[in-house]
Amino acid sequence: MLEIKNLHARVAGKEILKGIDLTIQDGEIHAIMGTNGAGKSTLSNVIVGNPVYEVTEGSITFNGQDLLAMKTEERAHAGIFMSFQTPIEIPGVSMTNFMRAAVNARRQAQGKEPLKSTDFLKLMREKRQLVGIDQKLMNRSVNEGFSGGEKKRNEIFQMAMLEPSFCILDETDSGLDVDALRIVAEGFNKLRTAETSAMIITHYQRLLDYIKPHFVHVLIDGKIVKTEGPELAQKIENEGFDWIKAELS
Amino acid sequence: MKAEQQYIELYREAAETITQRSCPVMNAERDAAFGVFQQQGFPTQKVERYKYTDVAAAFAPNYGLSLGQLDIQPSRYIYSFKDSPINLAPYYNKIADGADSITALNTALAHEGLLIYVPRNEHPEAPIQIDNWLRGTAATMMHRRTLILLEEGSEATIVMNDKADHPSPHFLTTQVMEIVCKANVHLDIYEIEETTPLCSRFSNVYIQEGRDSVVKHNVITLQGGLSRNLCDVYLQGENAEVTLGGCAIGSRQQHIDNNTLIQHQVPRCQSNELYKYVLDDQAVGAFAGKILVEKDAQKTTSQETNANLCASSEARMYTQPMLEIYADDVKCNHGSTVGVLDQTALFYMLQRGIPEAEARTLLKNAFMGQVIDQIQYRPLRDRLYVKVEKRFRGEHEKCEDCRLCK
Repeated sequence: MLEIKNLHARVAGKEILKGIDLTIQDGEIHAIMGTNGAGKSTLSNVIVGNPVYEVTEGSITFNGQDLLAMKTEERAHAGIFMSFQTPIEIPGVSMTNFMRAAVNARRQAQGKEPLKSTDFLKLMREKRQLVGIDQKLMNRSVNEGFSGGEKKRNEIFQMAMLEPSFCILDETDSGLDVDALRIVAEGFNKLRTAETSAMIITHYQRLLDYIKPHFVHVLIDGKIVKTEGPELAQKIENEGFDWIKAELS
Repeated sequence: MKAEQQYIELYREAAETITQRSCPVMNAERDAAFGVFQQQGFPTQKVERYKYTDVAAAFAPNYGLSLGQLDIQPSRYIYSFKDSPINLAPYYNKIADGADSITALNTALAHEGLLIYVPRNEHPEAPIQIDNWLRGTAATMMHRRTLILLEEGSEATIVMNDKADHPSPHFLTTQVMEIVCKANVHLDIYEIEETTPLCSRFSNVYIQEGRDSVVKHNVITLQGGLSRNLCDVYLQGENAEVTLGGCAIGSRQQHIDNNTLIQHQVPRCQSNELYKYVLDDQAVGAFAGKILVEKDAQKTTSQETNANLCASSEARMYTQPMLEIYADDVKCNHGSTVGVLDQTALFYMLQRGIPEAEARTLLKNAFMGQVIDQIQYRPLRDRLYVKVEKRFRGEHEKCEDCRLCK
């Protein structure tokens, strides 16, 4: 369970989050929608511990642990995963070495032995087939020379390898055509267990057609101003955010 | 002239012994070289090519002079000067820059020389490996002299390792290596330094290339105290090609200074340079590389790149790529960068659970990979991937296949 209380955060001296309260129970999917600059990406970056963002007030607990006191990699080991809006290219670091380091670090944190090379490669093959990502990409440097769709699919592949309990999909649908979107969403659905919870940041209803949220929150100017069921996403798709802003004023 | 004085006195005392233990070809140059050193002393940091290294300070400790005899069993291609199958007088101390104080001091004090000689059209099957191993308990200096002569149409791969026992006393090595490549020669030469923080190395390498020759020289600094590598290349035959590569990894108080000069003297030659540095802690790096294209050297192509990563806020890098062009139909590029580890890549890796130290190692390793990738000799390339990674992890490596390590 993730519990966010009165969260304030800023970046480069500018306050972006102005008091967020949000609780996500195990197994729940929450969609966050909002206008550009409302603070959606800031919220996800603060949860995973991006050092660029500074928390000035409030708390986040994850399964009872004080998340803000944990390092980025410790949060990952605790089961938090973010699918990046813009996946990073790392020239010279092969996908295989990158994944091996990540998987074994997680195992070490859990007190397990590192995977044997053959077992690791077998795991790679299984998960690769599950999300339909090409073998040839695995020999390349991380995200280097990947198309936009391949990068997003690679995020879901990494999620499959790391089996997180809480996932953030930060605009995973941006830059994807309809077919790629379906494949990515289906990949995510296959990976989900009854306990997996997720926060999905999106501008569009489209992704939510495939991944059904339990709750839809609207984030405007650093605050959650409206929370309803999945029907809210459809209404925003049709009518935009102006009616919500009008309600507020 | 304080630091110089002890070397001047040393020469006066030891010249007779050195001369006795040496050979006529070396002795013929000795006094004149000493004269140059005595007159100039050590280069100060006002001397352009030495501006990043305090030479006198490195030579100030009281080093004993090693006058032991090298045990070189004459074998095909490798000889001591004394057993040379050819007359060395036309080659010895000819392409070396006699006006360089370090070269002059080496010429005065070196009593033995190593010759690698590959006759016309011969291609040694196996690479030639030379290990220079520093051992002992007293502060000692060695003056190494090497001549590599490749006759027309020959090929060779040469690997030179500088090693030292850990821990070591202060060791100082000077090296002058003259490499003469006749027409149509292919030479790959690698110098790998893995010594200790108390070792200082001053290496001056001079390469002369004839028509259609192809030379690749790589200098890889993994461990050491002060590493100074000067490399001068004279492209004297048309269509000659040279590639200079450098991989420098510095941590703690290491000081790594690479200084190169490539002279394009005739038309249609090619030169490529790629030097990369990764500096951590308080390490200091310097790279100065000059490409000189003379008036007649039309159709020259040249690419010089120096890329550097300062992995700590206290590491320092000085970089100075230089082009001096007197011909008008040439294609020359040069560039240098100094950067820090990519913070977005670092964050991405941390989010995947990779611990920070491991993530930094992966990024540094990736940065250096580009230099290692261009090493032609496959077994060495594979070995260097391992060595470089271990270096970034702070592990000393014993070479498990080497009998000296056991």
